[in-house]
Amino acid sequence: MSMNPGGSEGRLLTVLERSWRPVALLIACFAVWWAITSTRLVPPYLVPSPGTTLGVMTEKSSYLWQHTWVTTYETVLGFVIAVVIGVLAAVVMVYSTTVEKTLYPVLLFAQVIPKIAIAPLFVVWLGFGLTPKVVVAVLIAFFPVVISMVTGLKSVDPEMLQLAATMGASPLKTFAKIRFPASLPHLFSGLKVAVTLAVTGAVVGEFVGANEGLGFVILQANGNLDTPMLFAGLLVMSLIGVVLFVLVEIAEQLMLPWHASRRGEAATTTL
Amino acid sequence: MKGNLEAERTPGAATAVAAVELDAVAVRFRAKKKEVTALRDVSLSVAPGEFVSIVGPSGCGKSTLLKLVSGLLRPSAGGVRLFGEAVGGTRHDIGYVFQRAALLEWRSARRNILLQAEMRGMPAAEAGRRADELIEMTGLTGFEDALPHELSGGMQQRVALCRALLHRPPVLLMDEPFGALDALTREQMNVELHRIWRETGTTVLLVTHSIAESVYLANRVLVMTARPGTVAEIIDVDLPGSRDYAETMSQPPFAEATGRIRDLLGAATATD
Ligand SMILES: Nc1ncnc2c1ncn2[C@@H]1O[C@H](COP(=O)(O)OP(=O)(O)O)[C@@H](O)[C@H]1O
Ligand SMILES: [Mg+2]
Repeated sequence: MSMNPGGSEGRLLTVLERSWRPVALLIACFAVWWAITSTRLVPPYLVPSPGTTLGVMTEKSSYLWQHTWVTTYETVLGFVIAVVIGVLAAVVMVYSTTVEKTLYPVLLFAQVIPKIAIAPLFVVWLGFGLTPKVVVAVLIAFFPVVISMVTGLKSVDPEMLQLAATMGASPLKTFAKIRFPASLPHLFSGLKVAVTLAVTGAVVGEFVGANEGLGFVILQANGNLDTPMLFAGLLVMSLIGVVLFVLVEIAEQLMLPWHASRRGEAATTTL
Repeated sequence: MKGNLEAERTPGAATAVAAVELDAVAVRFRAKKKEVTALRDVSLSVAPGEFVSIVGPSGCGKSTLLKLVSGLLRPSAGGVRLFGEAVGGTRHDIGYVFQRAALLEWRSARRNILLQAEMRGMPAAEAGRRADELIEMTGLTGFEDALPHELSGGMQQRVALCRALLHRPPVLLMDEPFGALDALTREQMNVELHRIWRETGTTVLLVTHSIAESVYLANRVLVMTARPGTVAEIIDVDLPGSRDYAETMSQPPFAEATGRIRDLLGAATATD
């Protein structure tokens, strides 16, 4: 057993250690982008320079903010609904083989249907408002949640469950004190995938019919051949995904400190 | 001692009812068409407060035997009784320790021990006192708040033992509890388990692969044959109640018992 290297100082070090590579890569990408545009290899109406794009972002910041909030709201709402339904479905599936056998093919079918192909249908059914975007986000984020939760609930040490039986524990207590907490590390890995997919879902929903949101911004910019605005929209959209992903990671570390510390010890990477 | 136990085995002896009684038990598993006989015609009577070790080749049904006693598994034939009462379902008056400590990794050592109390709905204050008592008895003091992954294998097994003893079970079942520990830690754990058994007076069934361990700890050793598991012989260990580790090893009855077990297991040349 090795001792953990010092508390907060050690943690800061690992954060730096873990994040310097992606940050360096990001800077390199911006440098290449800047180089391409400043050498006029590509005409600016096809690829605007980082400067122009950032300029648009500050100039039209209130316009962008307004649409960013719409997309964020749809994403988060879709994600939360997907988590609630996904977790409940997983619990029912794990406790009933009949339900599992019935539901699994349906889930798989729902998963393999290209969401972009059925999104127009939701617009027809549910109109241009918030609902169809949230529905697409839920549909796309739901699958990783169910799969990871089912895997998590099934990953419990069978000896632990036998032990619970000798303790005379009720199924509810066994679930609350053993199965559910044991499944959380798996669930969180699914949540990280789901939250990024939820952004895609919301934007796909906006593409097929909307008058607000970043998907709408991008379509408009495309129509006007306003590539700086298009790039700005794309950048903000990616930022939403990254920020939500990081928020889920922070939630994971707060809720499962035992898992995080253990993972650190095993020296495995998160991504 | 021996005569005493013989008397208890005769039916109708009302003097002292056996803590654990297996009566011509058989267990058959059906695994994909093929039927596997894990245990055949196993009979055993364990007196209250007695320590019985179980040794035998891998796959001979040692774990199966403990599962029968706990009621986690039903026999295909024969009867299982705990304190004279037929075992009908999973028993709640036993303590169980597995080879892997099976601790909840998000709970501290103390809270892992208290899981037993929470599951049973024991009064918190009483459970807390009992946990502290066991923590002291097993030398876990100072490690109460450590998470399982911060504990050594020996410490983890101590936590599992405390958890198994929290509700003062009249019967303790241990399935190769020290199998994953290094030799030195294992010796320490043997000495501690011996002391704890003397202090608690609980009936113990211990499955082990170590012949020395089986003899040092037990009143009797049940030696089993390879699959299908049957009783090869039940050996009486003629050693004093309180045993010093090094001293016990050098005593003639120890060598006698270990030698006999080694012969039975067909491992005369094995070094233990
Ligand atoms: N649930 C089960 N289904 C089928 N076969 C089993 C099951 N449990 C144990 N067995 C078989 O019964 C035999 C005895 O198993 P076990 O009691 O675990 O042996 P031991 O603990 O002595 O190594 C083994 O051959 C094993 O493969
Ligand atoms: Mg076994």
